[in-house]
Amino acid sequence: MRLLDFFFPERRNTAVIAKDRLKIVLAHERASRDAPDFLAALQKDLLDALGRYVELRTDMLRVKVGKSGDTSLLEINVEIDSAKTKPVKNSAATITPKAAPAMRFDPSAPAPWAKPS
Amino acid sequence: MLTSGKGGVGKTTSAAAIAAGLALRGKRTVVIDFDVGLRNLDLAMGCERRVVFDFINVINGDAKLNQALIKDKRNDNLYIFPTSQTRDKDALKRDGVERVLEELKDSFDYIVCDSPAGIEHGAIIALYFADSAIIVTNPEVYSVRDSDRIIGILASKSRRAEHNLEPVDVHLLLTRYSLERVKKGEMLSVEDVTEILSIPLLGVIPEAESVLRASNTGTPIVFNKKSAAGRAYLDAVARFVGEQPEMHFVQPKRSSIFRTLFGRA
Repeated sequence: MRLLDFFFPERRNTAVIAKDRLKIVLAHERASRDAPDFLAALQKDLLDALGRYVELRTDMLRVKVGKSGDTSLLEINVEIDSAKTKPVKNSAATITPKAAPAMRFDPSAPAPWAKPS
Repeated sequence: MLTSGKGGVGKTTSAAAIAAGLALRGKRTVVIDFDVGLRNLDLAMGCERRVVFDFINVINGDAKLNQALIKDKRNDNLYIFPTSQTRDKDALKRDGVERVLEELKDSFDYIVCDSPAGIEHGAIIALYFADSAIIVTNPEVYSVRDSDRIIGILASKSRRAEHNLEPVDVHLLLTRYSLERVKKGEMLSVEDVTEILSIPLLGVIPEAESVLRASNTGTPIVFNKKSAAGRAYLDAVARFVGEQPEMHFVQPKRSSIFRTLFGRA
């Protein structure tokens, strides 16, 4: 069989590949199946906040809801080993507007759909 | 209740076979088509020319239950409850479905529900009231993934889940199985699929030409005593009612020259 596989690589055991792919994709889907809706938004906000101090990739922060006995747990894992820290200046005032957007809704500002006067 | 997520895996064929198999064991059985607008159970059962009233007529109160139920001509214990071919799935109102199911419970030992494919309203209503679910799965990646999804939905959106009752009893029925291809490493094996889905195995139905012949003629495959697939369905039914027949068609069998010459699937 090995020899056959060598000469006909497309004949290799595709069932094994199918099983491995299914295991990986289902592990992901099962983890997010019972996740509350706010989880994605929370993950984004955490990334924004932590991103001011360290350079994080999306996959370095994992948020999930689990159970331990009768207690519901919100589990947040941040991987920072390979993350570069960003220079932090003295005060919170140094936060750039981009990293911390100003108030999302400014009541005094004209509505975006209003005609410019 | 038979469901799968994915279409074309053999839900209707299996619903017909399992309902007929239960009836053959002397259980009073009704099989309901939940696939509103895409009626096919009538064809599987060979009663397509006898449909007068349907599930939706009964839900809406336009017909009585006994006007819509079709008695099978081969077995006195078996009744077919066809669905509407012209309405759409929104006609399945939850309270109406519940009322009809409650009424059926009085006269039948088993109510077999054939779910539509997908995870839309029709499929959700079909699984909502289930006590047991048979997940019809083919040994291929799309089907296994969709089965996993529907197992998750059963665990969260069924009536039993919503009311914190004992969870729906879930079984795996692996159809269109080809031992030949499994041996060649071309097809997921029974062990692979049960390991991935981690639900108990109700039966393995071999890929067989007799299944297409059965649907051609509108005869549930269990009425064909010579068919390996028919026997596999009868084994699955036996397991469903609590017996433990040996699992066939999963181990290589010795090929005899006699079988090679005269054997039919």
